[in-house]
Amino acid sequence: MGIVCNLRRAAAATGLIASVVLVSSSAIAAGGAKHAVAQDWHFEGVFGTVDRASAQRGLQVYLEVCSGCHALKQVAYRNLAALGFTETEIKAIAANYEVTDGPNDEGEMFQRPAVVSDSFVSPFPNAEAAKASNNGALPPDLSLQVKAHAGGADYIRGLLTGYEDAPSGTDVPDGLNYNPFFPGSFIAMPAPLAEDGVEYTDGTKASVDQMAWDVVNFMQWAAEPEMEQRKKTGFKVVLFLIILSAVLYAAKRKMWSNLDH
Amino acid sequence: MSAGTHQTGGTGSGLVKWIDSRLPVFSYMQKEYAEFEAPKNFNWFWNFGAILTFMLVLMIMTGVFLAMQYTPHTSLAFDSVERIMRDVNFGWLLRYLHANGATFFFIAIYIHMFRGMYYGSYKGPRELLWMLGVVIFLLMMATAFMGYVLPWGQMSFWGATVITNLFSAIPLVGDSIVTLLWGGFSVDNPTLNRFFALHYLFPFLIFGVVILHVIALHVTGSNNPLGVDPKGPQDTVPFHPYYTMKDSVGLAVFVTIMAAFVFFAPNFFGEPENYLEAAPLVTPAHIVPEWYFLPFFAILRSVDFNIWFIDAKLGGVLAMFGSIGVLFILPWLDKSPVRSANFRPIYKWFFWILLLDCIVLGYVGGKPTGDPVVAGVEWFKVIHLGYITTFWYFFHFLILLPLLGIFERPKPLPKSISEAVLGGRTPGATANAKQMEKA
Repeated sequence: MGIVCNLRRAAAATGLIASVVLVSSSAIAAGGAKHAVAQDWHFEGVFGTVDRASAQRGLQVYLEVCSGCHALKQVAYRNLAALGFTETEIKAIAANYEVTDGPNDEGEMFQRPAVVSDSFVSPFPNAEAAKASNNGALPPDLSLQVKAHAGGADYIRGLLTGYEDAPSGTDVPDGLNYNPFFPGSFIAMPAPLAEDGVEYTDGTKASVDQMAWDVVNFMQWAAEPEMEQRKKTGFKVVLFLIILSAVLYAAKRKMWSNLDH
Repeated sequence: MSAGTHQTGGTGSGLVKWIDSRLPVFSYMQKEYAEFEAPKNFNWFWNFGAILTFMLVLMIMTGVFLAMQYTPHTSLAFDSVERIMRDVNFGWLLRYLHANGATFFFIAIYIHMFRGMYYGSYKGPRELLWMLGVVIFLLMMATAFMGYVLPWGQMSFWGATVITNLFSAIPLVGDSIVTLLWGGFSVDNPTLNRFFALHYLFPFLIFGVVILHVIALHVTGSNNPLGVDPKGPQDTVPFHPYYTMKDSVGLAVFVTIMAAFVFFAPNFFGEPENYLEAAPLVTPAHIVPEWYFLPFFAILRSVDFNIWFIDAKLGGVLAMFGSIGVLFILPWLDKSPVRSANFRPIYKWFFWILLLDCIVLGYVGGKPTGDPVVAGVEWFKVIHLGYITTFWYFFHFLILLPLLGIFERPKPLPKSISEAVLGGRTPGATANAKQMEKA
């Protein structure tokens, strides 16, 4: 435990140094938007891991709700094995979608069911088609959204659960919706989650909060699939480097003790 | 090779001797890195030369392996970087080492430069050594800027657009230069291609100038915290093993801190918006460069007024390049014959004020100019803080330093390094000497 504490302290100290160096990082946060409340996520911290049960439910939310408009093109179906899905389950999920392949021997493009090595099939063939179906707004790809916003997971959870009626006197432009967590408060996406919007296979009650929580856990994994390996490797590397530094320092003292200095 | 036990030229096994009498690489290493006499009173700030060398090698090595997986095309670059992150074995480690490596490379060079300023390492006979260092710094900035464009995220694209546009401020040839940089009439695929090619080339230019930097160092010898030249062997130690050992300690600690960021907060220094693919029609709310450019960005933006026939845009560009230009001529701006700030009671204060000034400039560079500095105090905006800090930066170098050389009365210097270090104790009787850092 002592090592763990030291590591945490070291991490805190380096963080402190860094925040002094970089006084301005928070300056870039979206101006004027309401700040989302920081949550206690399972993936946070030096030993954070993916909450697989939640991320699995999150996949269900993505597939049944979000994927109507949002692509997830950086993730392949085979990657779902990391969330604990079996090969049979992954094959079944992929088979629900059609991809264009080809050309075949006759030079024709053809449709075939997706296989595990395919990336998640996008809802629209291109950005123009996506805009045409969404009032001119482009639904962003969700693969990296957690990393692409200051506030990360907290911001997205805040956004998904933050829809409310506009305060009196505020005119919401046509085709937009009021959400104080969104920079500028007017967002093209209508409130995507409704109570019991999905029926969870594991029997969890699908409240808006629960679905937002789950889909953010899923999106976090989608954005950083390397996280668990990174932190596990990092623990060993940093521990090794701390010991190495100490040994080298002791050797240096010993060597220099023979000198008049 | 153990130190000090053999003569230059006739060393080692038969094969080593055979090679060395034809190509003296072994005797060169022996002479320049093992026997090379260094002042014995270096403090920990003298670690950063070795740390920077390590960082350059780390950046080149991770960069070469990243280049094997990267595709410099506007429609593929972003996805190829994500493929590195997801599908290439330990690709995430390569990329995070490279991205955080850039940050820690700059942290190290800034400490190295401010160390040089505090201890007067740029003064004669080390003027060229210092100027080569400034050349390395400039090349590093160009390399880092072009490297940041390669992932083709939103900040890559818009940062490239803003910074390349600066060159259009140059009278007569400005627009032609911008077209040349872009390879067309906007930042597009030709820009990405040439930036990739140059980003691969520049580190080797840096490597070349680093060799010149080290050659110059080995002619003049290192400065030291007292700024007094070594008077003889009693003032120095062989570089190996004493400073190779000490540099190893500093390097290990530095790499430990870097690793903590690489593995546990790899995007801490990054801009979230760069995880959105470049979209030439969607301008981000605030376009900011990487943190290590913020002080220079602040100086650029702080000249927002015309000066006589120079319009604000050209003025800002001149100020920004001028802020590095003054570093070039620093050896001649600082007239004081005393090197170390420890013996310069007034300069010492202004050194720390300059450091603070640069940190505040960094803050100014990261904020929208119209924001109030303190919430609620509407009349004092970030731009005003920018005026003050930009003025002070140039005032320090162009006015204060020349005047201080005339009016400052330095403290008496110690006669030699040994005298100051041992403080009157008899040499040879101090096996348990106090830590040198207190010297």
